[in-house]
Amino acid sequence: MHGHDNVRKTELFDLHVKAGGKMVPFAGFWMPVQFESIAKEHERVRTKVGLFDVSHMGEVVFRGERALSVVQRITTNNVGTVMPGKAVYTPVCLPTGGIVDDMIFYKVSDTEWFVCVNASNKDKDYQWFLRQADGECEVLDLSDSYSQIAVQGPNAPELLSRVFGDSALSMKPFTFAKKDFKGTEVILATTGYTGEKGGEIYVPNAAAVALWLELTQEGESLGVGPIGLGARDSLRLEMKYCLYGNDIDDTTTPMEAGLSWTVKFDKGDFTGRDILVRQRDEGCSRQLVTFVVEGKGIARHGYPVLVDDRQVGHVTSGTLSPTLGIAVGMAYIDRPFDAPGTKILIDIKGMKKVEARVVQPPLLKR
Amino acid sequence: MSVPKDYRYTESHEWVRIEEDNVITIGITDYAQEKLGDIVSIDLPRVGDEVERGEPVGMIDSQKASTEVFAPVSGVVLEVNELLNDDSAVINTDPYEEGWLIRIEVEDLEQIDELLSADDYEELLGKLDDEEG
Repeated sequence: MHGHDNVRKTELFDLHVKAGGKMVPFAGFWMPVQFESIAKEHERVRTKVGLFDVSHMGEVVFRGERALSVVQRITTNNVGTVMPGKAVYTPVCLPTGGIVDDMIFYKVSDTEWFVCVNASNKDKDYQWFLRQADGECEVLDLSDSYSQIAVQGPNAPELLSRVFGDSALSMKPFTFAKKDFKGTEVILATTGYTGEKGGEIYVPNAAAVALWLELTQEGESLGVGPIGLGARDSLRLEMKYCLYGNDIDDTTTPMEAGLSWTVKFDKGDFTGRDILVRQRDEGCSRQLVTFVVEGKGIARHGYPVLVDDRQVGHVTSGTLSPTLGIAVGMAYIDRPFDAPGTKILIDIKGMKKVEARVVQPPLLKR
Repeated sequence: MSVPKDYRYTESHEWVRIEEDNVITIGITDYAQEKLGDIVSIDLPRVGDEVERGEPVGMIDSQKASTEVFAPVSGVVLEVNELLNDDSAVINTDPYEEGWLIRIEVEDLEQIDELLSADDYEELLGKLDDEEG
Protein backbone atom coordinates (compact mmCIF):
# COMPACT_ATOMS: atom_id res chain seq x y z
CA MET A 1 0.00 0.00 0.00
CA HIS A 2 1.40 3.36 -1.04
CA GLY A 3 2.48 5.79 1.63
CA HIS A 4 2.35 3.11 4.31
CA ASP A 5 5.34 1.02 3.42
CA ASN A 6 6.67 1.24 6.96
CA VAL A 7 3.41 0.33 8.71
CA ARG A 8 3.91 -3.06 10.34
CA LYS A 9 1.62 -6.03 10.82
CA THR A 10 1.10 -7.76 14.12
CA GLU A 11 1.34 -11.56 14.22
CA LEU A 12 -2.46 -11.64 14.22
CA PHE A 13 -2.99 -9.45 11.13
CA ASP A 14 -4.12 -12.25 8.82
CA LEU A 15 -6.58 -13.56 11.41
CA HIS A 16 -8.10 -10.07 11.78
CA VAL A 17 -8.55 -9.68 8.03
CA LYS A 18 -10.18 -13.11 7.85
CA ALA A 19 -12.53 -12.13 10.69
CA GLY A 20 -13.64 -9.02 8.76
CA GLY A 21 -11.52 -6.53 10.68
CA LYS A 22 -11.39 -3.01 9.27
CA MET A 23 -7.65 -2.35 9.38
CA VAL A 24 -6.23 1.13 9.92
CA PRO A 25 -2.71 2.39 10.53
CA PHE A 26 -2.26 3.19 14.24
CA ALA A 27 1.01 3.89 16.06
CA GLY A 28 2.99 2.25 13.27
CA PHE A 29 0.88 -0.92 13.00
CA TRP A 30 -2.11 -2.07 10.98
CA MET A 31 -4.71 -2.48 13.69
CA PRO A 32 -8.39 -3.50 13.55
CA VAL A 33 -10.57 -0.48 14.39
CA GLN A 34 -13.69 -2.63 14.32
CA PHE A 35 -14.98 -6.02 13.23
CA GLU A 36 -18.79 -6.27 13.12
CA SER A 37 -19.64 -3.00 14.85
CA ILE A 38 -18.18 -0.92 17.66
CA ALA A 39 -21.44 -0.97 19.63
CA LYS A 40 -21.79 -4.77 19.40
CA GLU A 41 -18.17 -5.33 20.33
CA HIS A 42 -18.53 -2.95 23.27
CA GLU A 43 -21.57 -4.88 24.50
CA ARG A 44 -19.78 -8.19 24.07
CA VAL A 45 -17.06 -7.05 26.48
CA ARG A 46 -19.58 -5.69 29.02
CA THR A 47 -21.72 -8.84 28.98
CA LYS A 48 -19.56 -11.75 27.75
CA VAL A 49 -15.89 -11.68 26.80
CA GLY A 50 -13.77 -10.10 24.06
CA LEU A 51 -10.26 -10.56 22.67
CA PHE A 52 -8.09 -7.55 21.86
CA ASP A 53 -4.89 -7.63 19.85
CA VAL A 54 -2.76 -5.02 21.62
CA SER A 55 0.55 -6.19 20.20
CA HIS A 56 1.35 -2.63 19.18
CA MET A 57 2.03 -1.81 22.85
CA GLY A 58 5.68 -1.66 23.91
CA GLU A 59 7.47 -3.85 26.45
CA VAL A 60 10.57 -2.74 28.35
CA VAL A 61 12.57 -4.47 31.07
CA PHE A 62 14.58 -2.78 33.83
CA ARG A 63 17.11 -5.12 35.38
CA GLY A 64 20.03 -4.90 37.77
CA GLU A 65 21.16 -4.44 41.36
CA ARG A 66 20.32 -0.73 41.24
CA ALA A 67 17.15 -1.03 39.17
CA LEU A 68 15.01 -0.37 42.25
CA SER A 69 16.30 3.16 42.70
CA VAL A 70 15.97 3.82 38.96
CA VAL A 71 12.32 2.74 38.70
CA GLN A 72 11.37 4.60 41.89
CA ARG A 73 13.03 7.75 40.57
CA ILE A 74 11.28 7.79 37.19
CA THR A 75 7.75 6.86 38.31
CA THR A 76 5.27 8.70 40.53
CA ASN A 77 3.57 5.62 42.00
CA ASN A 78 5.29 3.12 44.28
CA VAL A 79 6.36 0.48 41.79
CA GLY A 80 9.43 -0.45 43.82
CA THR A 81 8.65 -1.80 47.28
CA VAL A 82 5.50 -3.76 46.42
CA MET A 83 5.61 -7.57 46.47
CA PRO A 84 7.00 -9.38 43.42
CA GLY A 85 4.03 -10.45 41.26
CA LYS A 86 2.28 -7.10 41.68
CA ALA A 87 1.30 -4.80 38.78
CA VAL A 88 1.25 -1.04 39.36
CA TYR A 89 -0.25 1.63 37.10
CA THR A 90 1.89 4.77 37.09
CA PRO A 91 2.58 7.96 35.21
CA VAL A 92 6.17 8.82 34.31
CA CYS A 93 6.73 12.56 34.57
CA LEU A 94 9.03 15.26 33.27
CA PRO A 95 10.66 17.59 35.82
CA THR A 96 7.79 19.98 34.95
CA GLY A 97 5.24 17.42 36.18
CA GLY A 98 4.01 16.92 32.61
CA ILE A 99 3.37 13.29 31.74
CA VAL A 100 5.86 11.48 29.49
CA ASP A 101 3.56 8.45 29.39
CA ASP A 102 1.32 6.33 31.60
CA MET A 103 2.13 2.65 31.91
CA ILE A 104 2.06 -0.50 34.00
CA PHE A 105 5.10 -1.69 35.96
CA TYR A 106 5.16 -5.41 36.74
CA LYS A 107 7.54 -6.22 39.60
CA VAL A 108 9.25 -9.49 38.73
CA SER A 109 11.80 -9.44 41.57
CA ASP A 110 13.74 -6.94 43.68
CA THR A 111 16.06 -6.47 40.71
CA GLU A 112 13.70 -6.72 37.71
CA TRP A 113 10.62 -4.89 36.38
CA PHE A 114 8.67 -5.65 33.21
CA VAL A 115 6.91 -2.56 31.84
CA CYS A 116 4.12 -2.12 29.29
CA VAL A 117 4.10 1.31 27.60
CA ASN A 118 1.83 3.01 25.06
CA ALA A 119 2.46 2.11 21.43
CA SER A 120 2.60 5.70 20.24
CA ASN A 121 5.16 6.62 22.93
CA LYS A 122 7.36 3.54 22.79
CA ASP A 123 10.47 5.09 21.25
CA LYS A 124 10.17 8.33 23.21
CA ASP A 125 9.74 6.38 26.46
CA TYR A 126 12.71 4.13 25.78
CA GLN A 127 14.99 7.11 25.14
CA TRP A 128 13.66 8.76 28.33
CA PHE A 129 14.28 5.59 30.35
CA LEU A 130 17.86 5.27 29.05
CA ARG A 131 18.60 8.88 29.92
CA GLN A 132 17.04 8.64 33.35
CA ALA A 133 18.71 5.31 34.16
CA ASP A 134 22.05 6.79 33.09
CA GLY A 135 23.73 3.39 33.07
CA GLU A 136 22.68 2.45 36.59
CA CYS A 137 20.75 -0.59 35.36
CA GLU A 138 19.95 -2.45 32.17
CA VAL A 139 17.03 -1.08 30.14
CA LEU A 140 15.92 -3.45 27.38
CA ASP A 141 13.34 -2.76 24.68
CA LEU A 142 11.62 -6.13 24.11
CA SER A 143 8.73 -4.72 22.07
CA ASP A 144 9.67 -6.58 18.91
CA SER A 145 9.67 -9.94 20.71
CA TYR A 146 6.27 -9.77 22.39
CA SER A 147 2.70 -9.84 21.19
CA GLN A 148 -0.07 -8.92 23.62
CA ILE A 149 -3.62 -10.21 23.83
CA ALA A 150 -6.17 -8.72 26.23
CA VAL A 151 -9.06 -10.94 27.38
CA GLN A 152 -11.78 -8.79 28.97
CA GLY A 153 -15.34 -9.30 30.15
CA PRO A 154 -17.38 -11.05 32.85
CA ASN A 155 -16.63 -14.42 31.22
CA ALA A 156 -12.91 -13.69 30.91
CA PRO A 157 -11.79 -15.42 34.16
CA GLU A 158 -13.56 -18.60 33.06
CA LEU A 159 -11.95 -18.43 29.61
CA LEU A 160 -8.50 -17.80 31.11
CA SER A 161 -8.94 -20.78 33.44
CA ARG A 162 -9.87 -23.01 30.49
CA VAL A 163 -6.60 -22.06 28.77
CA PHE A 164 -4.25 -21.66 31.75
CA GLY A 165 -5.83 -23.83 34.45
CA ASP A 166 -7.81 -23.08 37.61
CA SER A 167 -4.96 -21.11 39.16
CA ALA A 168 -5.90 -18.27 36.80
CA LEU A 169 -9.21 -17.93 38.68
CA SER A 170 -7.59 -17.21 42.02
CA MET A 171 -5.38 -14.36 40.79
CA LYS A 172 -6.15 -11.02 42.44
CA PRO A 173 -6.63 -7.86 40.32
CA PHE A 174 -3.39 -6.16 39.24
CA THR A 175 -1.14 -9.16 39.75
CA PHE A 176 0.68 -11.36 37.24
CA ALA A 177 2.21 -14.78 36.94
CA LYS A 178 4.25 -16.76 34.43
CA LYS A 179 2.16 -19.46 32.77
CA ASP A 180 2.89 -22.24 30.35
CA PHE A 181 1.07 -22.23 27.02
CA LYS A 182 1.90 -25.38 25.05
CA GLY A 183 5.56 -25.18 25.98
CA THR A 184 5.89 -21.39 25.67
CA GLU A 185 6.26 -19.21 28.76
CA VAL A 186 3.78 -16.31 28.76
CA ILE A 187 3.00 -13.61 31.29
CA LEU A 188 -0.62 -13.56 32.43
CA ALA A 189 -1.59 -10.31 34.16
CA THR A 190 -4.96 -9.45 35.68
CA THR A 191 -4.84 -5.94 34.23
CA GLY A 192 -6.92 -4.27 31.55
CA TYR A 193 -8.33 -1.11 30.04
CA THR A 194 -12.07 -1.79 30.07
CA GLY A 195 -13.17 -1.95 33.73
CA GLU A 196 -14.14 -5.59 33.27
CA LYS A 197 -12.58 -8.67 34.79
CA GLY A 198 -9.95 -10.54 32.83
CA GLY A 199 -6.37 -10.10 31.90
CA GLU A 200 -3.64 -9.21 29.49
CA ILE A 201 -1.28 -11.87 28.15
CA TYR A 202 2.26 -11.08 27.04
CA VAL A 203 3.19 -13.84 24.63
CA PRO A 204 6.35 -14.37 22.53
CA ASN A 205 5.50 -13.61 18.88
CA ALA A 206 5.89 -17.20 17.67
CA ALA A 207 3.05 -18.42 19.94
CA ALA A 208 0.65 -15.49 19.43
CA VAL A 209 -1.46 -17.02 16.65
CA ALA A 210 -1.81 -20.34 18.48
CA LEU A 211 -2.87 -18.56 21.68
CA TRP A 212 -5.43 -16.38 19.87
CA LEU A 213 -6.91 -19.45 18.17
CA GLU A 214 -7.01 -21.37 21.46
CA LEU A 215 -8.78 -18.47 23.22
CA THR A 216 -11.24 -18.22 20.33
CA GLN A 217 -12.00 -21.94 20.38
CA GLU A 218 -12.21 -22.34 24.16
CA GLY A 219 -14.29 -19.16 24.39
CA GLU A 220 -16.88 -20.08 21.82
CA SER A 221 -19.41 -21.28 24.39
CA LEU A 222 -18.70 -18.16 26.47
CA GLY A 223 -19.59 -15.77 23.63
CA VAL A 224 -16.05 -14.66 22.80
CA GLY A 225 -15.27 -12.46 19.80
CA PRO A 226 -12.55 -10.12 18.52
CA ILE A 227 -12.73 -6.45 19.59
CA GLY A 228 -11.30 -3.49 17.68
CA LEU A 229 -9.71 -0.25 18.83
CA GLY A 230 -13.03 1.59 18.45
CA ALA A 231 -14.70 -0.35 21.27
CA ARG A 232 -11.48 -0.28 23.27
CA ASP A 233 -11.82 3.51 23.27
CA SER A 234 -15.51 3.64 24.27
CA LEU A 235 -14.94 1.00 26.98
CA ARG A 236 -12.07 2.90 28.62
CA LEU A 237 -13.94 6.21 28.36
CA GLU A 238 -16.89 4.87 30.37
CA MET A 239 -14.38 4.10 33.15
CA LYS A 240 -12.55 7.46 32.87
CA TYR A 241 -9.32 5.67 31.99
CA CYS A 242 -7.02 8.23 30.39
CA LEU A 243 -5.80 7.91 26.82
CA TYR A 244 -2.36 9.40 26.30
CA GLY A 245 -2.42 12.07 23.61
CA ASN A 246 -6.09 12.82 24.28
CA ASP A 247 -6.60 13.23 28.02
CA ILE A 248 -3.02 13.42 29.24
CA ASP A 249 0.24 14.54 27.65
CA ASP A 250 3.43 16.39 28.51
CA THR A 251 1.49 19.58 29.28
CA THR A 252 -0.82 17.95 31.85
CA THR A 253 0.13 16.62 35.27
CA PRO A 254 -1.20 13.59 37.19
CA MET A 255 -2.75 15.96 39.76
CA GLU A 256 -4.73 17.77 37.05
CA ALA A 257 -5.76 14.50 35.42
CA GLY A 258 -7.34 13.08 38.57
CA LEU A 259 -4.46 10.64 38.94
CA SER A 260 -3.26 11.90 42.35
CA TRP A 261 -3.87 8.36 43.69
CA THR A 262 -0.91 7.29 41.51
CA VAL A 263 1.44 9.85 43.09
CA LYS A 264 3.13 8.56 46.26
CA PHE A 265 4.87 11.52 47.89
CA ASP A 266 6.23 9.42 50.76
CA LYS A 267 8.30 7.07 48.60
CA GLY A 268 11.30 9.41 48.28
CA ASP A 269 12.36 11.74 45.51
CA PHE A 270 11.15 11.24 41.95
CA THR A 271 11.13 13.24 38.75
CA GLY A 272 8.44 15.92 38.82
CA ARG A 273 7.90 15.70 42.58
CA ASP A 274 8.43 19.42 43.37
CA ILE A 275 5.73 20.63 41.01
CA LEU A 276 3.32 17.88 42.06
CA VAL A 277 3.82 18.72 45.76
CA ARG A 278 2.97 22.33 44.98
CA GLN A 279 -0.17 21.29 43.09
CA ARG A 280 -1.16 19.02 45.99
CA ASP A 281 -0.76 21.84 48.52
CA GLU A 282 -2.14 24.72 46.46
CA GLY A 283 -4.59 22.84 44.27
CA CYS A 284 -4.64 22.79 40.48
CA SER A 285 -6.12 25.56 38.38
CA ARG A 286 -7.96 22.94 36.31
CA GLN A 287 -9.12 19.34 36.58
CA LEU A 288 -9.91 16.55 34.18
CA VAL A 289 -13.60 15.82 34.72
CA THR A 290 -16.22 13.45 33.37
CA PHE A 291 -19.36 14.94 31.85
CA VAL A 292 -22.62 13.77 30.34
CA VAL A 293 -24.23 15.58 27.41
CA GLU A 294 -27.84 16.51 28.14
CA GLY A 295 -28.63 18.15 24.80
CA LYS A 296 -28.42 16.57 21.36
CA GLY A 297 -24.92 16.04 20.04
CA ILE A 298 -21.68 14.19 20.68
CA ALA A 299 -18.71 16.01 22.21
CA ARG A 300 -15.34 15.31 20.62
CA HIS A 301 -11.67 15.99 21.37
CA GLY A 302 -10.84 19.70 21.20
CA TYR A 303 -14.36 21.15 21.49
CA PRO A 304 -14.49 24.25 23.75
CA VAL A 305 -16.32 24.09 27.10
CA LEU A 306 -18.24 27.23 28.07
CA VAL A 307 -19.88 28.66 31.17
CA ASP A 308 -21.76 31.96 30.79
CA ASP A 309 -20.40 32.37 27.25
CA ARG A 310 -16.81 32.22 28.51
CA GLN A 311 -14.48 29.36 27.65
CA VAL A 312 -13.52 27.47 30.82
CA GLY A 313 -11.95 24.39 29.28
CA HIS A 314 -11.90 21.89 26.46
CA VAL A 315 -13.06 18.38 25.73
CA THR A 316 -10.31 15.75 25.63
CA SER A 317 -12.36 12.64 24.76
CA GLY A 318 -15.98 12.10 23.85
CA THR A 319 -18.24 9.46 22.46
CA LEU A 320 -21.72 8.00 22.58
CA SER A 321 -21.61 5.59 25.51
CA PRO A 322 -22.87 2.29 24.12
CA THR A 323 -23.77 1.06 27.63
CA LEU A 324 -25.64 4.18 28.76
CA GLY A 325 -26.96 5.30 25.38
CA ILE A 326 -25.96 8.92 26.05
CA ALA A 327 -23.08 11.09 24.89
CA VAL A 328 -20.33 11.31 27.49
CA GLY A 329 -16.79 12.58 27.70
CA MET A 330 -13.86 14.01 29.58
CA ALA A 331 -12.69 17.62 29.69
CA TYR A 332 -10.17 19.86 31.42
CA ILE A 333 -12.20 22.52 33.19
CA ASP A 334 -10.96 25.51 35.20
CA ARG A 335 -11.81 25.77 38.88
CA PRO A 336 -14.48 26.18 40.21
CA PHE A 337 -16.47 24.90 37.24
CA ASP A 338 -14.96 21.42 37.61
CA ALA A 339 -17.28 20.55 40.52
CA PRO A 340 -19.72 17.66 39.92
CA GLY A 341 -23.17 19.00 39.10
CA THR A 342 -21.87 22.09 37.27
CA LYS A 343 -23.82 22.88 34.11
CA ILE A 344 -21.58 23.50 31.12
CA LEU A 345 -22.07 24.16 27.43
CA ILE A 346 -20.08 22.40 24.72
CA ASP A 347 -19.46 24.30 21.51
CA ILE A 348 -19.90 21.88 18.62
CA LYS A 349 -17.83 23.30 15.76
CA GLY A 350 -19.43 26.72 16.17
CA MET A 351 -22.67 25.24 14.83
CA LYS A 352 -24.43 24.90 18.15
CA LYS A 353 -23.90 24.77 21.90
CA VAL A 354 -25.22 21.74 23.74
CA GLU A 355 -25.88 21.47 27.46
CA ALA A 356 -23.81 19.08 29.52
CA ARG A 357 -23.19 18.41 33.20
CA VAL A 358 -20.05 17.56 35.16
CA VAL A 359 -20.52 14.22 36.96
CA GLN A 360 -18.61 12.12 39.46
CA PRO A 361 -16.66 9.38 37.64
CA PRO A 362 -16.77 6.59 36.75
CA LEU A 363 -19.91 6.48 34.63
CA LEU A 364 -20.22 2.76 35.26
CA LYS A 365 -19.77 1.01 38.58
CA ARG A 366 -17.66 -2.10 38.20
CA MET B 1 -16.09 2.09 -3.33
CA SER B 2 -19.14 3.08 -5.34
CA VAL B 3 -19.28 6.43 -7.20
CA PRO B 4 -22.46 6.80 -9.32
CA LYS B 5 -21.66 8.35 -12.71
CA ASP B 6 -24.69 10.64 -12.89
CA TYR B 7 -24.01 12.37 -9.55
CA ARG B 8 -21.77 15.35 -8.83
CA TYR B 9 -19.37 15.56 -5.89
CA THR B 10 -17.44 17.83 -3.53
CA GLU B 11 -13.93 17.54 -2.16
CA SER B 12 -15.48 17.22 1.30
CA HIS B 13 -17.25 14.00 0.19
CA GLU B 14 -20.82 15.18 -0.31
CA TRP B 15 -22.74 14.03 -3.39
CA VAL B 16 -25.27 16.03 -5.39
CA ARG B 17 -28.05 14.64 -7.57
CA ILE B 18 -29.90 17.00 -9.86
CA GLU B 19 -33.63 16.32 -9.58
CA GLU B 20 -35.31 18.92 -11.80
CA ASP B 21 -34.55 22.44 -12.92
CA ASN B 22 -33.10 24.03 -9.81
CA VAL B 23 -33.70 21.30 -7.21
CA ILE B 24 -30.89 19.06 -5.97
CA THR B 25 -30.56 16.30 -3.38
CA ILE B 26 -27.43 16.00 -1.30
CA GLY B 27 -25.89 13.24 0.78
CA ILE B 28 -22.51 11.87 1.79
CA THR B 29 -20.55 9.48 -0.38
CA ASP B 30 -19.87 5.81 0.10
CA TYR B 31 -16.25 6.76 0.90
CA ALA B 32 -17.40 9.15 3.65
CA GLN B 33 -19.77 6.66 5.29
CA GLU B 34 -17.11 3.96 5.15
CA LYS B 35 -14.57 6.26 6.84
CA LEU B 36 -17.05 7.21 9.55
CA GLY B 37 -18.23 3.72 10.36
CA ASP B 38 -21.50 3.06 12.19
CA ILE B 39 -23.55 6.26 12.09
CA VAL B 40 -25.50 6.83 15.32
CA SER B 41 -27.07 10.28 14.95
CA ILE B 42 -27.45 13.22 12.61
CA ASP B 43 -28.22 16.88 12.89
CA LEU B 44 -29.70 18.56 9.80
CA PRO B 45 -31.06 22.03 9.00
CA ARG B 46 -34.80 22.76 8.92
CA VAL B 47 -37.01 23.19 5.89
CA GLY B 48 -36.82 26.82 4.86
CA ASP B 49 -33.31 27.40 6.19
CA GLU B 50 -30.96 29.22 3.86
CA VAL B 51 -27.64 27.53 3.28
CA GLU B 52 -24.46 28.93 1.84
CA ARG B 53 -21.98 27.07 -0.33
CA GLY B 54 -19.06 25.74 1.69
CA GLU B 55 -20.69 26.43 5.05
CA PRO B 56 -21.58 23.61 7.47
CA VAL B 57 -25.26 22.68 7.33
CA GLY B 58 -25.29 19.61 9.50
CA MET B 59 -23.39 17.08 11.52
CA ILE B 60 -23.12 13.32 11.19
CA ASP B 61 -22.01 11.36 14.25
CA SER B 62 -20.67 7.86 14.09
CA GLN B 63 -19.65 5.80 17.07
CA LYS B 64 -16.04 6.84 16.58
CA ALA B 65 -16.14 10.29 14.98
CA SER B 66 -18.25 13.29 14.02
CA THR B 67 -18.11 15.16 10.74
CA GLU B 68 -19.72 18.29 9.38
CA VAL B 69 -21.77 18.27 6.20
CA PHE B 70 -20.99 21.26 3.99
CA ALA B 71 -23.46 22.80 1.57
CA PRO B 72 -22.25 22.02 -1.97
CA VAL B 73 -24.19 25.02 -3.30
CA SER B 74 -26.13 27.94 -1.88
CA GLY B 75 -29.91 27.80 -1.67
CA VAL B 76 -32.94 27.07 0.48
CA VAL B 77 -33.74 23.75 2.17
CA LEU B 78 -36.90 22.26 0.61
CA GLU B 79 -36.99 18.89 2.31
CA VAL B 80 -35.13 16.93 5.00
CA ASN B 81 -34.91 13.14 5.08
CA GLU B 82 -37.08 12.41 8.13
CA LEU B 83 -36.34 8.69 7.87
CA LEU B 84 -32.86 9.40 9.25
CA ASN B 85 -34.21 10.58 12.62
CA ASP B 86 -35.25 7.03 13.40
CA ASP B 87 -32.59 5.17 11.49
CA SER B 88 -29.46 7.16 10.67
CA ALA B 89 -27.61 3.90 9.96
CA VAL B 90 -29.33 3.82 6.57
CA ILE B 91 -26.61 6.29 5.50
CA ASN B 92 -24.17 3.39 5.95
CA THR B 93 -26.22 0.85 4.07
CA ASP B 94 -27.55 3.04 1.25
CA PRO B 95 -25.65 6.36 1.10
CA TYR B 96 -26.77 7.33 -2.43
CA GLU B 97 -30.52 6.59 -2.28
CA GLU B 98 -32.38 6.00 1.03
CA GLY B 99 -29.59 7.72 2.96
CA TRP B 100 -29.99 11.15 1.30
CA LEU B 101 -29.85 14.13 3.66
CA ILE B 102 -31.58 17.23 2.29
CA ARG B 103 -33.11 18.70 -0.87
CA ILE B 104 -32.15 22.23 -1.79
CA GLU B 105 -33.56 24.81 -4.17
CA VAL B 106 -30.45 26.13 -5.84
CA GLU B 107 -29.90 29.85 -5.99
CA ASP B 108 -27.29 29.94 -8.74
CA LEU B 109 -27.20 27.08 -11.23
CA GLU B 110 -23.62 27.89 -12.19
CA GLN B 111 -22.52 26.60 -8.79
CA ILE B 112 -23.59 23.11 -9.86
CA ASP B 113 -21.27 23.22 -12.86
CA GLU B 114 -18.38 23.94 -10.53
CA LEU B 115 -18.86 20.65 -8.61
CA LEU B 116 -16.68 17.62 -9.32
CA SER B 117 -17.76 15.04 -11.88
CA ALA B 118 -17.76 11.34 -10.96
CA ASP B 119 -14.45 10.97 -12.80
CA ASP B 120 -12.92 13.93 -10.93
CA TYR B 121 -14.12 12.48 -7.63
CA GLU B 122 -12.74 9.03 -8.37
CA GLU B 123 -9.41 10.63 -9.18
CA LEU B 124 -9.52 12.43 -5.81
CA LEU B 125 -10.24 9.15 -4.01
CA GLY B 126 -7.32 7.56 -5.83
CA LYS B 127 -5.00 10.26 -4.48
CA LEU B 128 -6.39 9.88 -0.95
CA ASP B 129 -5.78 6.15 -1.19
CA ASP B 130 -2.16 6.84 -2.05
CA GLU B 131 -1.82 9.12 0.95
CA GLU B 132 -3.74 7.06 3.45
CA GLY B 133 -3.05 3.57 2.21
